[in-house]
Amino acid sequence: MKIIKNLGLIIFLIALALFTALPFFGSYSVESREAVEQTLKPEEMALFGEEFIAETQGKTYSDSWGIVSPALKVYHEKNDALIAAQDWGNVVYSTDKDLGLRIARMSQNGPVSQNKGLFLFLTFGLGIIGSLMWIIPNLILDGPPGIKNDGVYHSSATNRGWIGIATAVWLIGFYIVLYFYPWLMVESITVADPVKGLFIAGQQASQWFLYGMLYVVAMVVMGIRMYIKYRHNKYQMVRTTSVLFFQIIFAFLLVEILPIFGLPGKDLKNAMPLDYTFLYKYNVEQLLDAGMFGLFLLIWGFVLALIVVPTLVYFYGKRWYCSWVCGCGGLAETLGDPYRQLSNKKMWAWKLERWLVHGVLVFAGLLTIWVGWHTFTALSGPDGGDGQSTLLGISAYNLRDWYGFLIGSIFAGVIGTGFYPYFGNRSWCRFGCPLAAYMGIVQRFKSRFRITTNGGQCISCGNCSTYCEQGIDVRAYAQKGQNIVRASCVGCGVCSAVCPRGVLKLENGPEEGRFGNEGPIVLGNDGFKIEV
Amino acid sequence: MSKIVIIGNGVSGITAARHIRKNSDDEILVISKETKYFYSRTALMYVYMGHMRFQDIQPYEPWFWEKNRIDLLEDQVEKIDTASRSLIMKSGSDVKYDKLILALGSKPNKFGWPGQDLKGVQGLYSKQDLDELEENSPSAKRMVIVGGGLIGVELAEMALSRGIEVTFLVRESKFWGNVLPDEEGKLISNHIKEHHVDLRFNTELKEIIDDGTGRAKGVITSTGEEIECQIVGLTAGVSPNVDFVKDSEIEVQRGVMVNEYLETNIPDIYAIGDCAQFNEPVNGRRPIEQVWYTGRIMGETLAQTICGNRKAYDPGPWFNSAKFFDIEYQTYGIVSAQRADDEDHYYWEHSDGKICLHIVWEKESLKFRGINVFGIRMRHHLFDQWLKEEASIKTVMENLKTANFDPEFFSSYEAKIVDGFNLKTGMNVELKKKNWWRNLLNA
Repeated sequence: MKIIKNLGLIIFLIALALFTALPFFGSYSVESREAVEQTLKPEEMALFGEEFIAETQGKTYSDSWGIVSPALKVYHEKNDALIAAQDWGNVVYSTDKDLGLRIARMSQNGPVSQNKGLFLFLTFGLGIIGSLMWIIPNLILDGPPGIKNDGVYHSSATNRGWIGIATAVWLIGFYIVLYFYPWLMVESITVADPVKGLFIAGQQASQWFLYGMLYVVAMVVMGIRMYIKYRHNKYQMVRTTSVLFFQIIFAFLLVEILPIFGLPGKDLKNAMPLDYTFLYKYNVEQLLDAGMFGLFLLIWGFVLALIVVPTLVYFYGKRWYCSWVCGCGGLAETLGDPYRQLSNKKMWAWKLERWLVHGVLVFAGLLTIWVGWHTFTALSGPDGGDGQSTLLGISAYNLRDWYGFLIGSIFAGVIGTGFYPYFGNRSWCRFGCPLAAYMGIVQRFKSRFRITTNGGQCISCGNCSTYCEQGIDVRAYAQKGQNIVRASCVGCGVCSAVCPRGVLKLENGPEEGRFGNEGPIVLGNDGFKIEV
Repeated sequence: MSKIVIIGNGVSGITAARHIRKNSDDEILVISKETKYFYSRTALMYVYMGHMRFQDIQPYEPWFWEKNRIDLLEDQVEKIDTASRSLIMKSGSDVKYDKLILALGSKPNKFGWPGQDLKGVQGLYSKQDLDELEENSPSAKRMVIVGGGLIGVELAEMALSRGIEVTFLVRESKFWGNVLPDEEGKLISNHIKEHHVDLRFNTELKEIIDDGTGRAKGVITSTGEEIECQIVGLTAGVSPNVDFVKDSEIEVQRGVMVNEYLETNIPDIYAIGDCAQFNEPVNGRRPIEQVWYTGRIMGETLAQTICGNRKAYDPGPWFNSAKFFDIEYQTYGIVSAQRADDEDHYYWEHSDGKICLHIVWEKESLKFRGINVFGIRMRHHLFDQWLKEEASIKTVMENLKTANFDPEFFSSYEAKIVDGFNLKTGMNVELKKKNWWRNLLNA
């Protein structure tokens, strides 16, 4: 068994090393003028096409940075000159990410783009096989079903040791490349082409398709780990099934399948304000252009955020979304499960959490008002007008850019996932997610959900607090016989699972008595009562 | 404002300190020779197994003590001078007190076994024991554990988590025989064996063998067998840690003698927790109770007395819990190892041999007396109420679904349990649908 496990680890590491090394496999050159003309948009071609062709003629670059950076340099020089001359009619608004990736795609040569299937197997295939060989033997090696957290704080992977730090560096690097320099990973994106082709034959994958595929694979593989680890706990089994279902069907398959029928590929469960692009002009226009289904999506977006979300939080707590449906939560509960104990339980972290997460909620609210106003004025104004993008002297475009950069990319991605092995698996959900903040307010003040403490049975051991991914000091309540009613609780149920004395239970019930023991005396002491 | 000194920072001492602070402005000083900060003694095993770090089993952050003006002193009390109301410390200093609370805890029993003081022979009670176990572990291949109780099982689980094999010597013919009825003892024994523990019943420790350097290299059992091992775990119970009190005016027998108000024979000196011995049993309980919960209740109670609201120790119905490897255990009321003549009982066990329920009632009156559950969680509130109001066994069985405290989606066994109960007793209990549990509460 141990041999299979170790062999699995080796196979996984080989696949990971290969995947990481892919950017160095290709070579990049411009084949022909036609290729450039097909890749660049006409306005881009007009702006800097000739210079780019002249610059790259006859040259071969060993990495995508080499060919993309001169292109971006000449693009910006030319464009800046137009802006300086206020020649707005000819200014081009392409983003570096999009332009860079198109140029890298056009110019790539080498083994990966010629053997996509082979490299798909060597990276994703071997990665999956290796990790399953590592995970499945735990069925036997870990002994009978039950909580098995032995060695969590002895392992450098899960106690912020060197493996943890190395993992964090890899993840952070991955997210930075994905969000800001996608052309660097053009070979990795190419590997996803055969899978993309299953949906629409011959179509190329984007960096987001690769990311979606990686996301699903990571969740399924680590979901299998959850099934094995918590096979004695049906709540965890059902919940894991739920997050996998919503990720695979709603966040991945439907998003790919809908466009096949000419419909917008939207993730139907992605609620505002987590989905901050919903009211962006391009999105609303796309939905309005998509007939009845588009109109349905537009209405559903509002119904989901304003009616479905708060109603279900009232009945079941925010767990129905955060740890049963949400994609960020789904990744945290599967890939992130080994890191849950690393969340900070200190009082100062709780204070920081309240400032940050509600700050982001305010930011998201402002963004929604600004882009909503912009979209509304554009659509209700004369045809083809851009509407009023500026309100109270602040530009909706600026807000969009800052929110997208700071919250959408840095906070949710780089910090939220990149720092799993350091800050734990829910730092985005706890400190940054505006939807979590919104639902948290409902959960704290108007909900039937609570975690009930079982009378006086708590022994203050601290397993609940340690394994709370949201950094709630569960024990502080349990040892006083109080129930846990906290805005940040995502209802993962792990506190209840790791409790060695059967003290905690997630429950929905009448709001009366929701906070549990209010007196200083814990159940079991009949000597006296103290009125509070 | 008086100065209250508490010796011992375990759960009873710290609970007393917290509640005194709630009700008064007195100066509070807690003295411990063990650790600076309060930690959960019951959680030491999880630190060794790597589930938590030592700081994680401390329920309060370091700023808590300063904020609540609870002074902490790491030192050892050598002598209590009751005449001058002062403590003579190991460091040489004197500590004055107006009121003194002894919350001294326990120490592992040693019954005069030859070799019991060799290196590698140890109990598991204190932080120091944990440190010692860490030192003993790297070179250990086998541990012999002596004494079949809760700490013994914990120690076995700990050793196995580090790949140390375990031989477990139990004097009785079954596991935890003085507490558990046969059925539960057997279920747990099977589970312990499932974890590959070499469990030996009716076997006692005779002698621990010296390897020539003052370190244990094995044991000889009462059957004459020699078992090679590097660690010997002594878990045959604990006794009050009261040696240094014996030289004072304070009356000590096995523990520090107290009345129901937790007062010793000397005014303004009190004892709580493991170290207290009641001169008359309270609520029919044993004179010395070495349980987390009773230590906490004593701390809560004494704080009232100290703050001028004199209260007797009056614990409610008995309850306890534990975990044996993967199987959780809860108990409410009294389920004795040996059934009394006036009692009837019903035992149900799941076919997987890891889940069971054992319930006891008075034959004549059908009054519910107690329940043991393994692998099922039950609500403390409801059982506390049923025990206090002397509810009928029928009431309990009818409401079993509402009393269940298992997480959502867990399999439910109440129907099978009640069917079996009716079959065995000839009663005709109808299982009620699950109700919101607070609807069954009186107050």
